[in-house]
Amino acid sequence: MSGRLHIDIPAVEEAAKLLYIRALKLLPDDIKRGFGRLDAAETDGTAKTILATMIENIAVAEKTDNLLCQDTGIPIFNVEIGRDVEVDGVELKDAIRRGTARATKEYPLRSSVVHPLTRKNEHTSSGIRVPVINIDFVDRPQTLRIEMIPKGSGSENGSFLKMLIPADGIDGIKTFVIDRVMEAGGKVCPPTIVGVGIGGTSDLCMHLAKVAATRALGSVCEDPEGAKLEALLSNAVNALGIGPQGLGGDGTAFAVHVETAATHITMNPVAINIQCHSARRASATFTPSGVEIGF
Amino acid sequence: MAHHVFQMPVDEAQARKLRVGDTVTFSGSLFGIRDATQIHMFDRGRKARFDMRGHAVIHTAPNVRKVPLSNECPAGYQPVCVGTTTSDRMERFTHPLMAQYGVRFVIGKGGLREASAAAFREIGGAYLAVIGGTAALETTWIERILDVDLDDLNPESLWHFQVRDFGPLLVAMDSHGGSIYERVRETAAGRRAAALAALGVKA
Ligand code: SF4
Repeated sequence: MSGRLHIDIPAVEEAAKLLYIRALKLLPDDIKRGFGRLDAAETDGTAKTILATMIENIAVAEKTDNLLCQDTGIPIFNVEIGRDVEVDGVELKDAIRRGTARATKEYPLRSSVVHPLTRKNEHTSSGIRVPVINIDFVDRPQTLRIEMIPKGSGSENGSFLKMLIPADGIDGIKTFVIDRVMEAGGKVCPPTIVGVGIGGTSDLCMHLAKVAATRALGSVCEDPEGAKLEALLSNAVNALGIGPQGLGGDGTAFAVHVETAATHITMNPVAINIQCHSARRASATFTPSGVEIGF
Repeated sequence: MAHHVFQMPVDEAQARKLRVGDTVTFSGSLFGIRDATQIHMFDRGRKARFDMRGHAVIHTAPNVRKVPLSNECPAGYQPVCVGTTTSDRMERFTHPLMAQYGVRFVIGKGGLREASAAAFREIGGAYLAVIGGTAALETTWIERILDVDLDDLNPESLWHFQVRDFGPLLVAMDSHGGSIYERVRETAAGRRAAALAALGVKA
């Protein structure tokens, strides 16, 4: 198709509002399947009951049209802009902010966002630099995709960064992952997706951990070296016996996801960001044929 | 492993009957409390006006809708989605909640640590685990929001809920020194070496 895709700013505002509310209510199918898988493999009685309750909660949220979890999180919007897209970037960001505030006021949602020093809540789920808006460019024709992630604090508080050194090697990375998953225990609402960032600078490393934690279950790290680690680490964390909610059992994590970036000869950074079992996402894809809402 | 059904409030003897692994369902009053609520109560000297003696508190900050006063909504708030937050951040408030306000049960997710275990032992109380992230279900156990205090901290106000058949909740820490979290920590620590060996990490 030739021509340009023009992005209508009021449509972005509507989408931002809709995505925030939708993400809080409906879990993606890959996460639902993840529950099924863990439940089938679980050998601990208490853990099985807990998983069954979590699965029931997903159904209750759908039936009562309610939020899955009370934590409305920190709103994150990942925007991917394809080729031949015409959009005013400043207006796009403003529209996302307005949509977020409207979702909060009009639904109404609990605003979980406060000023970091005064702790004042504006009751808009917004503040300085929040919602977090990440913008990237992708090689796709006439497409703009907005992904919304309400990131819960219980799991976000399970974030760790360590500037390992080259002599610590991959062993240092593996040990760090095991030890931090143990430290996080039940606080991060297991079963989780453990996101691991490896390489880059400190800030990129942390960002990669978030990308890894919020990736769909079943997706694999594009770097084959990272993919190998994912499989190994997934088995290892589920051998620790932490279990759903940290009350014991096999199902500690749906998966460990890894993302990598090149790093400096003197550096070996590793970061962890954890996503809880309320692994919520929603997306809107703008194309010449309209706006498609999904996960 | 017994199941206990309570009409709140409870006394010390009832609280001490609970053992780790038991389950609890209760009806009546429940008080919602969170980080800011307790920071203001215990670090900034504000006094809560509710009588919480013998009651349960839950670590929460609910989604609510502001509505006109009615019998259904006597505080002008309707519950939208009420769930539970991570308890660990509020560890240091368990003792004063019990000693100063007579609270018997703390409900939360993810568990508490040694100072809380000591308070449960000394004063007689328990930690009841609700399954974090299952707020849609939890909300169906809430009948009404009866009252609210310290509401300038909204959503981290002190909430007075009326609940029916709230649970089943798992007794995860009791007044006899039992803690499932402690047991799981020991299990994980015991399995750490094997997990690292399976990853090919040289000891
Ligand atoms: S960690 Fe996740 S599931 Fe648990 S309470 Fe927070 S948002 Fe909900």
